[in-house]
Amino acid sequence: MRVVVDLNRCQGYAQCCYAAPEHFVLRGHEILFYDPAPPDAKRGEIARAVQACPVRAISAEGLDAPERPEAGAAS
Amino acid sequence: MSPSLDPGIVIVGASLAGLRGAEALRLHGYAGPLAIVGEEPHPPYDRPPLSKHVLAGELAPGATALPNLVPLRATWHLGVAATGLDRPARTLRLGDGRVLPYGRLLIATGAQARPWPGSEEAALDGVFTLRGRDDAAALRAVLAQGPRHVLIVGGGLIGCEAASCCRDLGIDVTLVDPNPTPLARSLGTFVGGVVSGLLERAGVDFRPGVHVELLEGDTFGRLRRAHLRGGETIEADVAIVALGAVRSTGWLAGAGLMADAGGLTCDGACRVLAADGTPCQDIYAAGDVARWPNPHYGGRLIAVEHWGNAVEQAGHAARNMLAAREDQQPYAHLPAFWSSQFGVNIKAVGLTEGADTVAIVQGSRATRRFLAVYGRAGRSIAAVSFDEGRWLPAYAEQIRAGRPFPPIRDATDQTRIATHVPGFPAPRRGRAAPAETGGIHV
Repeated sequence: MRVVVDLNRCQGYAQCCYAAPEHFVLRGHEILFYDPAPPDAKRGEIARAVQACPVRAISAEGLDAPERPEAGAAS
Repeated sequence: MSPSLDPGIVIVGASLAGLRGAEALRLHGYAGPLAIVGEEPHPPYDRPPLSKHVLAGELAPGATALPNLVPLRATWHLGVAATGLDRPARTLRLGDGRVLPYGRLLIATGAQARPWPGSEEAALDGVFTLRGRDDAAALRAVLAQGPRHVLIVGGGLIGCEAASCCRDLGIDVTLVDPNPTPLARSLGTFVGGVVSGLLERAGVDFRPGVHVELLEGDTFGRLRRAHLRGGETIEADVAIVALGAVRSTGWLAGAGLMADAGGLTCDGACRVLAADGTPCQDIYAAGDVARWPNPHYGGRLIAVEHWGNAVEQAGHAARNMLAAREDQQPYAHLPAFWSSQFGVNIKAVGLTEGADTVAIVQGSRATRRFLAVYGRAGRSIAAVSFDEGRWLPAYAEQIRAGRPFPPIRDATDQTRIATHVPGFPAPRRGRAAPAETGGIHV
């Protein structure tokens, strides 16, 4: 499956790293390194990571995109 | 034209902006035909990891394909470039000779790496630019073989990230830049000096104020050394040319639009302007290629070649494409970017262009953890964080609102705020003017 993280939005809360530790890793103080192509068998873990992100920065194929505030969008 | 013959919407450009634009069209109810044209053979992929994790060998070049978040029901034309636009006939010419009719058009052709000026030198074995997935794969293959010495020309984001990867791989690297510090054009030398320190600590041979005059090859056409202005030479078997990007507008020559290497000019609603300055009702642009009047910066024409703008502008343009002519919404975007290099996370919001002052408002340069705010004529216009990203959203709000500089004076842990000269280099000669490229373009 395909995953992408909006790293402008990411604040390094690391909740994804607890939900799916093999696919999200925090390096240094706040650098998120993630696996953009985790195996389909890990869909459950990835879904938990998507839901756990406090700033809704993670998007994954086939998982419902969570509601997110339109920060910076024009009115 | 009868509805059954409606050729529908065509998107030119199959990268992040093209994909997110297509998704937004479907999400907002567009049910007609949709075609996507992409010059590269690959389905849409994410570029930021290329100069970081792909060069480092942590991700395969093909691993960064982007998730498709909305069913598209699109016809894909991949591996074929659009080579011309005939507005009266409402058709695109493609590189394989085909002619593709369109009803409405979204142009998201992005940008390409600015090539090394001498084409024979650029063609030497060992000379690379880094923009696409194939570039990254080729460069990664060479780095994995353990080159003797890598020369990086240009200390912008890509050059610094590549230098960071080389050092992680234990490769000797020299980074040259005409300015006194890396990232000088985007962040100024006051903040750029911190990056100089990161380079030095990592063992990068950083040469500020240096111009490369010539890349010399051997008799087999392999890079051998670089000649610097002043006569010095640097021996290198790999050179990474990281001189920024030029917007991919060459294919629009003769289309009667306001397009050049600095971008494709749009009105505030992302509609492309004809040469006479009137907006084309059926042609929109988004992402790196689009240059539009940004209300956050006094309506100045800017193009923003960063990830967040590609996503947001594509979505905005798509909504306007589906809206009535009298319901076109202006696009106001506060530019933002991130970079990770030498173990530090750098994030920025706003445009630093024209800043006359800068202040460290959280942390300190000495610890390499800080947040700096830039001011122009008493207003807060931009902010950058080094490993202090948690503060950035609060400052982004202040900048968006055009608050006075410095914007927040009584935060916890905040020391007395001292202001400094940001130290931006003089504009480059013979290059796109900063007004065209946006202040955070590096």
